[in-house]
Amino acid sequence: MMAALILVFSLATLGMFFVSYCRSLVAACSQYSLSAEVRDVTGIRTAAEAEDFTRVVQVLQLCPDRAEDRTSLQAVGLYHSLLTLVQNTAAKLAPSLRTWAEQERAHCAQFAAVTLDRRIAFSREMLARQAEL
Amino acid sequence: MPGSVANFLWCLGTLFELCFVVCSLVRKSFGRYFFLNLYFILSVLVSAARFLTLNSYGQESDQYTYTYFYTDALLTLGLFVALISLYSHVFGELGFSKQIRFGAVLLLLGTAAFSYGVVRQSEGRLATSFAYELSQNLYFVGLVLTYILWGAVLKLREARTRLVQIILALGLYFSAYAASYALLNLADKYAVIQYLSQLLACLLPLSLSITMLRHTEDSRIATAPLVAVQR
Repeated sequence: MMAALILVFSLATLGMFFVSYCRSLVAACSQYSLSAEVRDVTGIRTAAEAEDFTRVVQVLQLCPDRAEDRTSLQAVGLYHSLLTLVQNTAAKLAPSLRTWAEQERAHCAQFAAVTLDRRIAFSREMLARQAEL
Repeated sequence: MPGSVANFLWCLGTLFELCFVVCSLVRKSFGRYFFLNLYFILSVLVSAARFLTLNSYGQESDQYTYTYFYTDALLTLGLFVALISLYSHVFGELGFSKQIRFGAVLLLLGTAAFSYGVVRQSEGRLATSFAYELSQNLYFVGLVLTYILWGAVLKLREARTRLVQIILALGLYFSAYAASYALLNLADKYAVIQYLSQLLACLLPLSLSITMLRHTEDSRIATAPLVAVQR
């Protein structure tokens, strides 16, 4: 009984910390202005939208991987999937929840676009270093 | 600990722990997060000690069992101290450092007394049972303390990105660990649960290293929009 209670409490706090952690990752990228190249490649005009996430991640998979952003991207990817689930289920009953989930998914797309921008910059830097050698 | 998967996760976790210490040194934050660094250094040393014992005496030996459970209790204590040091970061400017230290010692003694109360009836390996029980209870206490700390961060509008992300990563770690302990008590026959703790031990130093690398001490973040349930 005690173990079950601890499990329920732990899972509840795990969910809360997970959402807050993902939002802290995403929020750190919200002020970042995307480069013209990333805008061209991803088709993002002014600000990233909820539906851009999958497309940006597909482009990201074409870039050389960087260990330091892999975990964050996986965490945000999981958060995005949860939001999509919320949007397709619970949000049908509450319209305000739908708007909120839509905004959050757009922030996830912005995070993925910023990661893409950083990966492109990193690849450029590596190429420049190789050329110098 | 069983098998090659566990050994791989063990090595990976140790590597990430070293990585965090190196990142702290490179970013000149070793002193600022001294107790967190101390915990990871301790963890690397513990891994070395466990490896040596495993090699010398084997997995089924009493020596390895004792080493494993005692060092686990030691590490949990180290993490508890690191968490209290984060309290000092958040409440330090308000001049509550002394009260925090006093409260932490009281809480630790209380947890130890409770753990002893639970295991004193057990026959045989009393000390080992105590070490296991203390670890388990300290993880739950750590979870509650992190939850309170997160509440304080939101209330005090703490904006340091690094500190916020470190607290959130610790919250994730403590809650996942407490959940895995509870699951182990409920369904210990499932071997996959035993890998969970090792996987979590990899993720904590990795996420903290990323925080160290990505953000400077001057980075700021608005915490109000981070609340899981918006008011």
